Amino acid sequence: MASHIQVPLPLPVVPDGWAADKDFKATGRLSAATQRGIEPVGPHFLAHARRARHKRTFSEDDRIQAQENAKKVEDDDSGEISEAEDPMMLSRDAKEWKQQDHYAVLGLSKYRFKATEEQIKRAHRKKVLRHHPDKKAAAGSTEDDSFFKCIQKATEVLLDPAKRRQFDSVDDGADVEPPTKKQTKDGKFYKLWGSCFKAEGRFSRVQPVPRFGDENSSKEDVDSFYNFFYNFDSWRSFEYQDEDVPDDNENRDQKRHMERKNNNARKKKKNEDTARLRKLVDDAMAGDERIKKFRQEANASKNKKRLDKEAAEKKAKEDAQAEKEAAAKAAKDAEEKAKVDREQGKKAKEVAKAAVKKNRRVMKGSVKDANYFVSGSAPATTVDAVLGDVELVQGKIDPDETAALAARLNGLKVADEIKSVWTGEVKRLVDAGKIKAVDVKVFA
Amino acid sequence: MTAESVTTTAPAERYAIGIAFGNSNSSIAVTSTDDKAEVIANEDGDRQIPSILSYVDGEEYNGQQAKQQLIRNSGNTVAHFRDFLGQDFKSIDPTHCHASAHPHENNSTVAFTIQDKEGDEKSTVTISEVATRQFRRLKQSASDFSGKQVNSAVITIPTNFSENQKSALIKSAGDAGIEVLQLIHEPIAALLAYDARQESKVSDKNVVVADLGGTRSDVAVIASRGGMYTILATAHDYEFAGAHLDKVLQDHFSKEFIKWNSIDPRENARSLAKLKLESEATKKALSIGNNASFSVESLAEGIDFSSTINRLRYETIARKVFDGFNRLVEGVVKKAGLDVLDIDEVIMSGGTSHTPKIAANFQSIFPESTAVLAPSTTPTAINPSELQARGAALQASLIQEYELEDIEQSTHPAVTTVKHLTNAIGVLSISGEEKKGIFTPIVTAETAVPARRTVHVPVPKEGGDVLIKIVEGGSHIKVTKPELKPKENGNKDDSDDSEEDSDYEPEEQREKIWRVGNVLAEAAVKGTKKGGKVEVMINVAGDLGVTVTAREVGEKGGVRGNLSAP
Ligand SMILES: Nc1ncnc2c1ncn2[C@@H]1O[C@H](COP(=O)(O)OP(=O)(O)OP(=O)(O)O)[C@@H](O)[C@H]1O
Repeated sequence: MASHIQVPLPLPVVPDGWAADKDFKATGRLSAATQRGIEPVGPHFLAHARRARHKRTFSEDDRIQAQENAKKVEDDDSGEISEAEDPMMLSRDAKEWKQQDHYAVLGLSKYRFKATEEQIKRAHRKKVLRHHPDKKAAAGSTEDDSFFKCIQKATEVLLDPAKRRQFDSVDDGADVEPPTKKQTKDGKFYKLWGSCFKAEGRFSRVQPVPRFGDENSSKEDVDSFYNFFYNFDSWRSFEYQDEDVPDDNENRDQKRHMERKNNNARKKKKNEDTARLRKLVDDAMAGDERIKKFRQEANASKNKKRLDKEAAEKKAKEDAQAEKEAAAKAAKDAEEKAKVDREQGKKAKEVAKAAVKKNRRVMKGSVKDANYFVSGSAPATTVDAVLGDVELVQGKIDPDETAALAARLNGLKVADEIKSVWTGEVKRLVDAGKIKAVDVKVFA
Repeated sequence: MTAESVTTTAPAERYAIGIAFGNSNSSIAVTSTDDKAEVIANEDGDRQIPSILSYVDGEEYNGQQAKQQLIRNSGNTVAHFRDFLGQDFKSIDPTHCHASAHPHENNSTVAFTIQDKEGDEKSTVTISEVATRQFRRLKQSASDFSGKQVNSAVITIPTNFSENQKSALIKSAGDAGIEVLQLIHEPIAALLAYDARQESKVSDKNVVVADLGGTRSDVAVIASRGGMYTILATAHDYEFAGAHLDKVLQDHFSKEFIKWNSIDPRENARSLAKLKLESEATKKALSIGNNASFSVESLAEGIDFSSTINRLRYETIARKVFDGFNRLVEGVVKKAGLDVLDIDEVIMSGGTSHTPKIAANFQSIFPESTAVLAPSTTPTAINPSELQARGAALQASLIQEYELEDIEQSTHPAVTTVKHLTNAIGVLSISGEEKKGIFTPIVTAETAVPARRTVHVPVPKEGGDVLIKIVEGGSHIKVTKPELKPKENGNKDDSDDSEEDSDYEPEEQREKIWRVGNVLAEAAVKGTKKGGKVEVMINVAGDLGVTVTAREVGEKGGVRGNLSAP
């Protein structure tokens, strides 16, 4: 090789810790190779041959051995037609080509829609080699080339992708009948329905088509299988069964009429086919033990869910009840406490009231004890004036002040002392602005 | 004929040519002194010589003259016979002899009964003799052209020729005084014709050769590695070829004729023959021009017919055949275990490859990076009708100095059967972001061993100690489906539209991705200079042992190590 390929991207740097004897580490070997024949052509081959031969002479045995090892590139074409030719088929009239089974004519009954283009071409060639009119003439038979025409027609249809699709659409040779209930007994359910759906799957635009599976298939697989077939996107069409439209220009109306009729027939068949498939899926599903099994499992789990749910609900209810009760109790307690408090407060108030009363009595008693600050029997006006002042003070002081005042008066017997306590108190109240000096008559 | 049967000539006395011998046409090529091959014309000035022999009053006609005899003298005209050589009657397809002498069985071989001598007597001429007569004409034409007596040749054959067919061919040529130096495969001859051009470089590439002829189409996928060729897959098709395109035009113009005259010219043998010849001429004209005329004197019942057709119309009515070519090519690439992205070159060979539409179709099958070598797509393309003869002539000039024994030993299967790598061998480099190595192949898959390849890889910017990781690599095709655009009309439950929408499929992106396999070796080249390069050489021995050598370009020394054979 003369020129060197230039790699655009750089090499990595040696990672830390990398080490090898003489900087080279052999870590693997080449994968196995394929033996192939190189073409003994061109200047570079000549150079190869010179090196490979190196003054050796190869024998016939070497040839056989080398050829055996080499991978074959050419397919073996010599195989005989394996499918037996039905005498009825051989006597077919090519004019009736619409009714002919094109795959059978080419000996491809086994393959049908699965036959590759290459298989069709090969099959055609084999049939031509046998049935060409010239071959027949050589074999001394009649010059009837009718079956040869059938072969040509079959090939014409099968090698044209559009025509082949139309034929495959109505090729009942590839159909697999749905099994009857009876047939699906003895554990054949999955096998029989499986091949039925496999055949149906050939019409699917979406490939690959999910498989029917067996008793061990998972729920997801089974579900997606049925979903697939319930939403089947089919390329199947029914032009192949059209009635012939007259090919002349003379009868235009007739032609248009036929075309309309054909179109309607196609639509109708398509709808029927969709309905047919739907029913097929329904039938399969109805007998599918897996569906039952999954349903039961689903039910069981649903039941369990329900019980769980009920239990949870019950518990929630109980919890709520308990909570409610607790709340009620707390409220009640609080109420009771409040009541107690209230009652206690009442008592205290009463006590206070009583104390105030008592203290007031002490106050009034003190001025009485002081004989209203006069000697002898006190005139009513004096008594009035003194008691008026006392009541004035009493009206302006709170229970604590009342108590304090009473405490100061308590035990005092001397009139002046009593009076000075009162005047002191009145002064305090006048100073505090609680009573006006003008209202005070005695303790000013 | 026994005088000519002496078939071995000493190398010094040889004058060898290249012969392409097809069912429809033959061509002959010689090499000039500067080793350029050139297809030469026969005495009629034709470089494409119809492989047809016709007899009128004991006189033999060949080529274009014989082809014209298909109209008046079809019973004494032998055509489309190449594939019958070496076969028994049971295995031949007589379809294309429908409008000429019919083949029949003759003592376990195939023969034609024709009146090839003066007088009324008919003789039975075996296929072997027919081929010999054809070779004799070719030899004569080549000798007349060059002024030297041609006595040997390299002849091209389809890749599916059996041993019987090969030996029958060698015998027929030998009987015509042509020593067959070697039979080479048609697609390889075509590839050699391209590779021998001065401007072409020896490289590693995957090539598809589509040989679209008159009665058959043969496609081969070839691994071309350092100038050595290995066929990976082939396909042979007898349903889509040039004759089927003739038929399309034939039917087209017949219908037109019927419309005017209510006579089907296909029902009369002579009319049919005229129709065929003119259809072919019109077809060829459509490869060059946008319009072509079709005109036949006295097509049927004395009525002249003339019409025209444009290229677009032709391409429409021939579409089924064109589509057949597309599927054939796509199928064989798949058969080779490759993808269209793996194909570097498509060589279009055979007369039908002149058709612009077929080349355009191939261009759309393959990615833009694939060169489609046809006259309408590549101005420098070699005439597809001449590739095989040129390749044969080139091979003839390469080997004509060798003794026959020597040639036989060199082409012996013990020499030609060799191991081919299943995976590519390459080196890992790094790109900016990606930490993982990026694979670059050094030796590609399907390379025949022994083989040696060298690459240059840059070192990182700063130079330093670099690691060379040698790995096996395989490729796969990554398909990216374009995101479906949400429906444009805001109407949500408008399901009626969906059918239309589903017909439109946006194109998916396909790219070839390398997958790193088996690590074979690691080596370090230390202290490389800033901006330097490392040369990595892989040498795979015949037993699959590997030697890896790495050194900085321009420096001495470097590292070297071996991997033992598996
Ligand atoms: N310019 C052209 N445009 C289109 N078709 C052409 C052109 N030239 C030749 N052909 C067609 O090519 C076919 C012949 O091809 P070729 O010369 O390669 O034949 P061949 O190798 O003998 O073929 P085979 O063995 O398959 O019959 C004929 O069908 C011919 O009409």
